[in-house]
Amino acid sequence: MNRVVKAIDRFGRAKFIIAAFLFILLMIAPIYGVSRVSTINDVVLRFAMNGVLVLSMVPMIQSGCGLNFGIPLGLISGLLAEAIIMEYNWTGAAGFIAAMALGALIGAILGIFYGYLLNRIKGDEMVIATYVGYAIIYFMNMMWLGLPFKNPASVQGYAGEGLRVTISLDKYWSHVFDRWPSFQGEGLVLNIPEVVNGQQTVQNLRIPVGTILLFLLFCLLIWLFFRSKTGTAMTAVGSNADYARAAGININRMRQLSVVMSTSLAAVGMVIYGQSYGFAQYYTAPQFFMFPTVAAILLGGAVLTKATISNVLWGAFLFQAVLTMTPSIINSAIELDISEVIRMVVTNGLIVIALTRKVRKNG
Amino acid sequence: MPLLEIKNVSKDFDGNVVLKNISFVLDEGKVLGLCGENGAGKSTLMNILFGMDVIHETGGFQGEVILDGESVSFKTPVEALNAGIGMVHQEFSLIPGFTAAENILLNREITKNNIVSSVLRSEKLKTVDMPAVFESAQQSIDALGIKLPAESVVSELPVGYKQFIEIAREINKDNVKLLILDEPTAVLTESEAETLLHSIRSIAARGISIIFISHRLREVIEACDQVIVMRDGLIVADYPTDEIGEHPIGKIASWMTGRTVGESVADEARDLTKEKKIILSVKNLWVDMPGESVENATFDVYEGEIFGIAGLAGQGKLGIPNGIMGIYPSTGEVIFNGEPHELNNPRKAQQNGFAFVSEDRRGVGLLLDEPISWNICFNAMQIQGLGIKKYLGIPFRHEPTMNEVADKYIDELQIRCTGPQQKVSNLSGGNQQKICLAKAFCMEPKILLVSEPTRGIDVGAKELVLDALRRYNKERGTTIVIVSSELEELRSIADRIAVVTEGMVFDILPPSTKSAYFGLLMSGEKIEGEVI
Repeated sequence: MNRVVKAIDRFGRAKFIIAAFLFILLMIAPIYGVSRVSTINDVVLRFAMNGVLVLSMVPMIQSGCGLNFGIPLGLISGLLAEAIIMEYNWTGAAGFIAAMALGALIGAILGIFYGYLLNRIKGDEMVIATYVGYAIIYFMNMMWLGLPFKNPASVQGYAGEGLRVTISLDKYWSHVFDRWPSFQGEGLVLNIPEVVNGQQTVQNLRIPVGTILLFLLFCLLIWLFFRSKTGTAMTAVGSNADYARAAGININRMRQLSVVMSTSLAAVGMVIYGQSYGFAQYYTAPQFFMFPTVAAILLGGAVLTKATISNVLWGAFLFQAVLTMTPSIINSAIELDISEVIRMVVTNGLIVIALTRKVRKNG
Repeated sequence: MPLLEIKNVSKDFDGNVVLKNISFVLDEGKVLGLCGENGAGKSTLMNILFGMDVIHETGGFQGEVILDGESVSFKTPVEALNAGIGMVHQEFSLIPGFTAAENILLNREITKNNIVSSVLRSEKLKTVDMPAVFESAQQSIDALGIKLPAESVVSELPVGYKQFIEIAREINKDNVKLLILDEPTAVLTESEAETLLHSIRSIAARGISIIFISHRLREVIEACDQVIVMRDGLIVADYPTDEIGEHPIGKIASWMTGRTVGESVADEARDLTKEKKIILSVKNLWVDMPGESVENATFDVYEGEIFGIAGLAGQGKLGIPNGIMGIYPSTGEVIFNGEPHELNNPRKAQQNGFAFVSEDRRGVGLLLDEPISWNICFNAMQIQGLGIKKYLGIPFRHEPTMNEVADKYIDELQIRCTGPQQKVSNLSGGNQQKICLAKAFCMEPKILLVSEPTRGIDVGAKELVLDALRRYNKERGTTIVIVSSELEELRSIADRIAVVTEGMVFDILPPSTKSAYFGLLMSGEKIEGEVI
């Protein structure tokens, strides 16, 4: 018994409970007429879509800047990049890659200022980051209306100016990497026979190979970075800033670098998300990424000053699984829409737990 | 009649004994002077008396405390207060925006009934009777013999007066029988200290007993009826003041520092000032380190020697290495190996061959959440590229090399651990300190600054750490500057010892100098020609 508890502790309790919960949901799905295959299909797709966003949390956590509630700064960089690339009518894989590159660039520039700000308010990063996050969303609400975009696909039809709330990426780069290696057609689709509601059906399991590989590539790059000399220094800054300073590390520069990396990655993550989703969402949409992304990496087992790639992978997977499985299965089961409640409890509960841990450590 | 009797009190922190069989008696209306170096056990003894949390959180104490004929064991400071013990701490616990009177009667305000409180019969809703509060406070202040209106706002008063207000608060309590004053004169000017000593006598005349803790031995002699000297957790002397005899200050100093017999510790001290060149020359160093500021320190260190820096807490000895290494802002002229040394730049200092073992082991010295190998190699990696391997021109960390280096030092310094991957937070204080040393050794420095290397570690580990330093100095000829509040430790390792008082190097002496003389210098007395 003790050994089981220890094994669970090593894996992480929160992770274990959620994983067990999801496993039970998956097991009981057929009883309520929900297809297991399509459930898994959704989870895999959303894992690939959100992965890089979760990954973008890592540099700032590692450097001691805490959970990046200012992620909207990166998200709007990605959105801006998408709008600009669409303006120049770049389509397909080329347009997608160009949007990622431009997004990363804009994110880096904003990250420099954001990092400068966070260096001036050491200790309160997360509070200020939340303000920055909300502020930039509403500031950009004005910008999306005012910026001189002209592409009919992206501006509001009746006015001829101002970006639409939701822009379809169909003619641009929606699903280009999902369908890799062919970049066209349907990509990798497995047809799996399954009995749903007593009827023999064939369910599609779509694997977004290209997007998953892209996500893993970014994971590899970040993993490598944290094995480099600079990455080691950044980790030390997060672990004990006084120690790092005594060792001659420029703490502020390391923190700023981590903020630039996080913001750039978030921009890239946003472009990837749009690619998989098929739409770019403007205006208040970035708001809905703040807490879920933070909660995802916490669910993966990250703490306020330590996050690993395995935290990212587990977090992205488990959190998206909660998000996709609870509406379909629980709602069918109890015929009551409590999925939103469960999401809220999981998302905000995880953040609260993480924040209380910080206080205990300091005190 | 004895007011306070301490019987065979012992206390250990996790097996680290800090008080051994302490017994003494304090009579009513008497003043007891308690002397001892840092770490002698004074504060622990006072914490026991006052029922501080640290005591019962760490397993309580052995022995008996008898107050007014009753055996007591306080669980909280509140119990101690109710039993009539008052304590004035070194740190001020006054509310700056309140008047002296409000501070003195805080939470004990004199109140009178009003309509609401009479109807609801509630103590909490009564009105504060300000005139009565001011009068009561004024009486207590006057009893101290200072001129201070009780209406003055605390934030506008000079530091010295705040100390008096704290004392006034304690004597204002009706039931106070025993007053503990912890270094009350440390922040006072000489004339203020004089006034305070006067008030101590007049408080005692009212039948209140006082325990007076001070490093200023002259004041202890002047104010106290009885002097107790503690060293290494033992009471080494307990005399009525007038029975100490001639040269009382010198005598107390020698009891404090200890080893009056057989001063053999300094046998190995070498005099390198003639044969070797100056490796580090510090001129007019100012360091802004909170609580340990250095003001105009000047000294030279010779190549290959072990240079000790001694001094009492707060006098600035810790600021010297921290300033030279650039941990705290500093100005001044430092010449290392004939070249000017750049201050306020830790990286440059380490590149030029400095290494530093910080006194703040857990705060500055270690990455507690990282493995041993990281802790040992980190500085050397970032500064000199140890354990770095380049792929495609990018420097990456090479774990096998780091583990190898860590293993070597684990072996050499006998660090008790499960391996180089163990997290440092799981190690004992002594082993953590050895890792700090390994971190510095690993950089192969030309000069090693070590600050309080044995603070908070047990006796066995102390010897290992000091031996490691001695060996390193002998084998490699590395110059070592060692700062410590334990004089005996310095005398056993250093070739020369500088005494730092009030931020300056007061004097530099060979370790064979009598410890009593060191004690005198440290308490700021320099009596030319006094023979001890």
